[in-house]
Amino acid sequence: MDEMKKTVLEYIADEYLDEDDEDEVSYDSPLISSGIVDSFSMVSLKRFLETKYSIKLSDEEATPEAFDTVNSICTLVNKHLG
Amino acid sequence: MAFSDSTRSLFADEIVQIKEDGLFKEKRFICSEQDAEIEVEYPEGAPHMKVLNFCANNYLGLSSHPDVIKAAHEGLDTRGYGMSSVRFICGTQDIHRELQDKVSTFLGTEDTLLFPSCMDANSGVFEAILGQEDVIIADRLIHASLVDGIRLCSAEYDTFKHMNMKHLKKKLELHQDKRTRLVVTDGVFSMDGDLAPLDEMVDLCNQYDAMLLVDDSHASGFIGKTGRGTHEHFGVIDGIDIITTTFGKGLGGASGGCVSGRSELIELCRQKARPYLFSNSLAPPIVNGSIKVIDLISSSTERRDKLEWNTKYFREKMEEAGLDMRPGETPIVPVMLYNAKLANDMARDMYAEGIYVIGFCFPVVPAGKARIRVQLSAAHEKEHLDKCVRAFRKIGEKYGILGLGKNEIIDKYGR
Repeated sequence: MDEMKKTVLEYIADEYLDEDDEDEVSYDSPLISSGIVDSFSMVSLKRFLETKYSIKLSDEEATPEAFDTVNSICTLVNKHLG
Repeated sequence: MAFSDSTRSLFADEIVQIKEDGLFKEKRFICSEQDAEIEVEYPEGAPHMKVLNFCANNYLGLSSHPDVIKAAHEGLDTRGYGMSSVRFICGTQDIHRELQDKVSTFLGTEDTLLFPSCMDANSGVFEAILGQEDVIIADRLIHASLVDGIRLCSAEYDTFKHMNMKHLKKKLELHQDKRTRLVVTDGVFSMDGDLAPLDEMVDLCNQYDAMLLVDDSHASGFIGKTGRGTHEHFGVIDGIDIITTTFGKGLGGASGGCVSGRSELIELCRQKARPYLFSNSLAPPIVNGSIKVIDLISSSTERRDKLEWNTKYFREKMEEAGLDMRPGETPIVPVMLYNAKLANDMARDMYAEGIYVIGFCFPVVPAGKARIRVQLSAAHEKEHLDKCVRAFRKIGEKYGILGLGKNEIIDKYGR
């Protein structure tokens, strides 16, 4: 789980933050509700998780709530990995 | 009764929630024609007040231009009020063709198709030309109408960081396995007023075999030396595959939009774009008015030159006054306040000073980046600009933000 959190966090920092961005992201930082990730750009994160962990996330599962923190994202992915 | 009390309260509760979230849009009534100076009833029922308008998209000041009004009258007199038809049944007049041809010549494109609005153009263009084998790669800050259009299309989509060419390159590399790639951007971004680097984007699109779509609604008529738009500004007139734009901003301000570009893509829109196929033709007075607008700005750059002068002068004076603005060269001038309440309070106080501006906050702009967006017009005279700067100076002083930078304003008011 810790390894997964680290991987997801790194991806989010690289994909969503600019080099000069002052935002810092931790495992429980709000991503969607803070505006770091919006519902339009969430698609990259979903694609990354599906490819990296060989899972398929339905639109019903990939909600802004489920994607709001690294912790909640990893909980969702782990459900699929069983 | 179908609309039961419980159903009504469901919707009423949502309205209450919108108000509690600070997102409720109040009614404001303009009781004059659109111009630099307007008469406003606000709040509803209040006595009319004459204010200077610094929040219209009337960039070239053509909304109430006598020649445009006269041309619209002629359209009404010679071609009637409306077409009572979509374009492809019996709704295309000779003047629709004339406007399309004139827009193509003005923008430097192969063909053009009119839509009831640019919102409709953006809603329809993607679905008409792309399928599930394709990918759309969009700047993250594109206009909401493009986002809606992309979502209506079966093509895969991806996004890149705002104006970040390194990130766009990465995404183009990632999607080389798709049949076609379409990169999407605004020419001028409506909230920040920044210009997409179209020269670099054209190079990348050539390198990675991608098409490029630019929504130039906040640029057509005044960006570039002769006002052709952002592609003229960057010297890539031939490099853009699709331009969508509106007649509702700089180009007269009434309504209507278009998709302009490679002839095969325009033909596919004519055959398949749903907002084109299923909504009425642009009304003759608007078509004739828009033709006059294109004629006016094709024969003289006087209005866009004045707007350029106004923009430089206003930015200079605001900087002298100590306001924190996003740097730029377009007539969209974001005065950065970072805190939503501060932006709304200052906009309200500006109104009391006779200056009509609006505060913008999350989710319209990113969280912690609240601002007052000032929009300049060729209809503004120097004394209008001076009055606006004086008001910003007075209200800025009241809130103690003059001369403060980003961090100092945030320290004082929070994000």
